[in-house]
Amino acid sequence: MPKGSTELVKNAAGRMVPTEINGKDATPYKGVGAHRPTGNRAAPAIATVIDYPDCGDKTVPDIKTALKEAGVRDGMTISTHHHLRNGDFVANAVFDAAAELGVKDLMWFPSASFPCHAPIIDHMKNGVVHHIEGSMNGPLGAFCSAGGMQGMGVLRSHGGRYQAVQDGDVHVDIAVIAAPTADPFGNAHGLTGPAACGLLGFALADSQYADRVIVVTDNLIEFPCIPWQIQGNNVDFVTTMDAIGDASKIVSGTTQITKSPDRMRIAEMTAHFVREAGIMENGFSFQGGAGGTSLAFAIYLMEMMREAGVKARFVRGGSTQYLTAMLEEGLTDYILDGQTFDLEGVRSMRENPNHVNTSPFTSYNYHGKGNFASMLDCVVLGATEVDVNFNANVVTHSDGKLLHGIGGWQNCLFSKCTILPIPSFRDRIPVLVDEVTTLCGPGELIDVIVTERGIAINPRREDLLSAVSGSDLPIRTIEEIKAEVETIVGGVPAKPSFGERVVAAIKWVDGTVIDSVRQLEPAK
Amino acid sequence: MNPTGQAGRRGDKVRSDCWISVELTSSGGVSISLKSRVEAMYGAAIRETVEKGLAALGIEHATVKIDDAGALPFVIAARLEAAVKRANPEVDAEFLPAAQPWSTYGTTRDRFRRSRLYLPGDQSKLMVNAGLHGPDAVILDLEDSVAPAEKDAARYVVRNALRTIDFQGAERMVRINQIPAGLDDLPYVVPHNPHVILIPKCEDPGHVTAVDERVRTILEERKISSPVYLMPIVESALGCWRAYEIATASDLVVALTIGLEDYTADIGTQRTNEGRESFWARSQVVNAARAAGVQPIDTVFSDVTDMDGLMESVLEAKALGFDGKGCIHPRQIEVIHRGFTPAEAEIEKARRIVVAFDEAETRGLGVVSLGSKMIDPPVVKRALRTVTLAVRSGVLPENWREGGGEDA
Repeated sequence: MPKGSTELVKNAAGRMVPTEINGKDATPYKGVGAHRPTGNRAAPAIATVIDYPDCGDKTVPDIKTALKEAGVRDGMTISTHHHLRNGDFVANAVFDAAAELGVKDLMWFPSASFPCHAPIIDHMKNGVVHHIEGSMNGPLGAFCSAGGMQGMGVLRSHGGRYQAVQDGDVHVDIAVIAAPTADPFGNAHGLTGPAACGLLGFALADSQYADRVIVVTDNLIEFPCIPWQIQGNNVDFVTTMDAIGDASKIVSGTTQITKSPDRMRIAEMTAHFVREAGIMENGFSFQGGAGGTSLAFAIYLMEMMREAGVKARFVRGGSTQYLTAMLEEGLTDYILDGQTFDLEGVRSMRENPNHVNTSPFTSYNYHGKGNFASMLDCVVLGATEVDVNFNANVVTHSDGKLLHGIGGWQNCLFSKCTILPIPSFRDRIPVLVDEVTTLCGPGELIDVIVTERGIAINPRREDLLSAVSGSDLPIRTIEEIKAEVETIVGGVPAKPSFGERVVAAIKWVDGTVIDSVRQLEPAK
Repeated sequence: MNPTGQAGRRGDKVRSDCWISVELTSSGGVSISLKSRVEAMYGAAIRETVEKGLAALGIEHATVKIDDAGALPFVIAARLEAAVKRANPEVDAEFLPAAQPWSTYGTTRDRFRRSRLYLPGDQSKLMVNAGLHGPDAVILDLEDSVAPAEKDAARYVVRNALRTIDFQGAERMVRINQIPAGLDDLPYVVPHNPHVILIPKCEDPGHVTAVDERVRTILEERKISSPVYLMPIVESALGCWRAYEIATASDLVVALTIGLEDYTADIGTQRTNEGRESFWARSQVVNAARAAGVQPIDTVFSDVTDMDGLMESVLEAKALGFDGKGCIHPRQIEVIHRGFTPAEAEIEKARRIVVAFDEAETRGLGVVSLGSKMIDPPVVKRALRTVTLAVRSGVLPENWREGGGEDA
């Protein structure tokens, strides 16, 4: 079968999507809350202690040996995780070892990728890696967009990844978990060690569902490793590396808030909106990320909470020194943390029982008995594009190139008020468009766009519109802001020219396919 | 070798700007090679801008190379014109972007000038959204923030910005270069609705009259009737000494301001946070300005991270008699406006005076009195201004005369 010749159908969002992805059937998106899963969850084979040493010592000399003993072979799926972010050494080491073992056509299933994973491009060129199902950032995204990958890329949210593993949509043959601290039995956590990153929640699904689980550490301690964020009872092998990551790129010493006056203005307007809309009330909850604008938002909100004497019940991280300060000042009872972005966050998680580590299972999994995301009173998120129907894109830029992963973004859209604080244009590129290049989040879930030129509220949210109607916030229509931006940038941008081949599929939180990304035509 | 000119910036760190090289050839028409970060979206638009620009500048044959990092159309136009004129300084024609309707509003002699935001003339990225931050004025700077080698190129950026950017009602100021060189900046900016020309390092009333004459000549030639005001900046011992002569050298002068970095160097000392070394100079500027009937405006506060220090500095400026302060970062604007907001007691007193003035007017009395006290005209004028400022600052309702904002 020629590359990418799979049949395309129009899904409920009007997007053309494949019905088959890498040889497996795929369900087109049906609408928010419209797809009902059937059947049972996946389960790994039953293991027995007969096969494991009574002394609990599962160490092997190196990753290569671990892979070999785990039975690595052509065509397998190998997973890694992104809690070491752009400082990760483990994923590249795994595929280097696989290459040395002469294995081909592997599927890499990362929870996210970073620019540090650019060497995987060589492994795709030499046939060790067949394709990636996970976020494709920076150089990997460009490689995929140019049609370099043999299989089709699949992008999932953090919750969607847990769902895919749990439902058996993706079967992980070998999971390799980078552990800042571990014991020989395989218990592991991220709180201490030279590569301390806080928590290991992204690896939870893999530790539960993969056939074989390898823990890789540079800080092997005597049993027991407490707390066991990853349980050794799920682990097959433990091995060591001199360093599993570059600490300076894992967490930052201090998190930088934005210096851009426009972004600070956007952050301040967002905080004002949250207050004026009546969201900032005793016992409320919110989630912000580690992006500069998002951090500045948290700081402005914190000042307003202090002024008004308002306390949150919980905030969701990405934690930083700022959320940590809120917790320690008593402005929130809890931090429910998905990942820690700076050293203060790691310290707080280590020391403060109210700084709680979470996983995509607790926070985001759509095929479970509820999750935290929908309980949040508000969430602030980014986007590369938003269209006049409030549909948003986070994976491609307007030039059609894949550049980012979905992260927890799709899952967070279910909060009671989803706010996108975004500049109305970047350099010359408008962020507000007629139709998003790639659909990642349906407009019905996106409530407010805060730009430096004004705030647009989704007309579906009449409650929010009337809540802020008496305020002095600059409320405008999204069309009005978009038209203003077009006069600045010199008109509506032309569309990139795409080829026929689908290079990546975008999954919705329930595993259905919400959109696809086409190969870019080479520049003329 | 063909004459070649280059303008603009390129490199990994450059954004919202472009680099253009123009080689003037004798035949073969125009050829354009474009490398752009926004090629997919605006490649065709960029080529069109360049073709239109060359035609406007009367260039029929050229080889143009562009390295673009998402420059806005007015910047591409400015870079192209600079490159062409560097290749051939004889080119007289201009490539003017269409003047937008939002670039035509005017100003008044006595408007509030609490904050004025400096924008480096060669950095378009900072200009585009500057008005959104709500400064009373923006200053497009051709002087110290522009590298000597880029002075010519900055003129086109500033001129095009004056024609295309919506400064959201802020007063549009341009700081030209020191006289005499600054006189040559004027033809590039005066025809494009600058409200105020800032004359830097001014230490001679002749500097002001020279600008006055050149401005009037350009306005007459272009048949433009809206005035262009002047704001001298004194930055030396001599300038301060002659402050009153400078402030009264032309009836176009609306404000007088001071630059302390150069001033402290000139008197042989260093600038401190306490500012004792510049007390005389600042007070001199306030008095000279008041004597001349123009606004005294204070210098900038240069530590953009120290908001508490800024507030102290604003309150001190206000106490000395200044009406405004310069800023170099948009986040300083709000602090400055807050600092210049009249205090409650001030407003209360001003309100009573204004009410008394209104009464005197309706009753046709020549004298305003409050209780048994006569109120002199300058005090009335001051009170009217305080009340207007309070309304503008949002601490007094516009309808306060009808009882809005009464404490009862």
